[in-house]
Amino acid sequence: MSRAHGLVVDRIKCDGRGLCAELLPELIRLDDWGYPILAPGAVPQHLLPLAQRAVEECPVLAIALRRTEHRR
Amino acid sequence: MSDSILWYTTRGAGAVTLILLSCVVILGILSTLRVQSQSWPRFLTTGLHRNLALMTLVFLGLHIVTSVVDPFTNLGWASAIIPFSSSYRTFWLGLGVISFELLLAIVATSLVRGYLGHRAWRAIHWLTYAAWPVGVLHGLGTGTDTWSAWMLAITAGCVAGVGVAIALRLTSGHTDPLAPQRAAFRAAVDRREAR
Repeated sequence: MSRAHGLVVDRIKCDGRGLCAELLPELIRLDDWGYPILAPGAVPQHLLPLAQRAVEECPVLAIALRRTEHRR
Repeated sequence: MSDSILWYTTRGAGAVTLILLSCVVILGILSTLRVQSQSWPRFLTTGLHRNLALMTLVFLGLHIVTSVVDPFTNLGWASAIIPFSSSYRTFWLGLGVISFELLLAIVATSLVRGYLGHRAWRAIHWLTYAAWPVGVLHGLGTGTDTWSAWMLAITAGCVAGVGVAIALRLTSGHTDPLAPQRAAFRAAVDRREAR
């Protein structure tokens, strides 16, 4: 079991500003209303810096990186 | 260092601070308006907003330090921190101190935004709408160059730019496509938690 990280979106806080999908298109796309759809599973190691940036840039602090139980 | 260099630096840094701060305010408003295009992603607006804000503080620091150190105004450090405590242009300089301290609070809370939470951060960030006009008034009232053509042009440009941005913001309404639904949902959650 490695230390894997997954992205979680707080659906109540999120108001579809869309920065996360711009910064991390590999894992996040937007639905028809501009809200994020996350790719399932852990964030690959090489995308962690971008995921971290997406978390920090969210204008409403609605997305977070969490330690998960995912097996890599 | 020659006194006149300090004096010129104070005036120049003040003018640059006004320009930068106005750009920061405009970018902040544009980010809530979700302005974007093929060549201008949204993270560019927020990234520029943040980096120009930090640069504004650098020039503001230069503006304050050079004006305190300058022997002509004989300010002293206390008058750079305590509003309306200077004998030199007491009122107009005090406005500058207030604007500076509001900006410090806005930047400091933004740096720890993740710990503060969005609501508290946003409430303090609204102080920008006080800090910016107070800063503009400070420039108009105490500025050595206020009535020179180039400084008038800069001030008018900054006021016009921010004015247009605020007008756009006021007329744009909800930028969140599902705002009513989310507000209703949040109210339902609050009701349930209150029980």
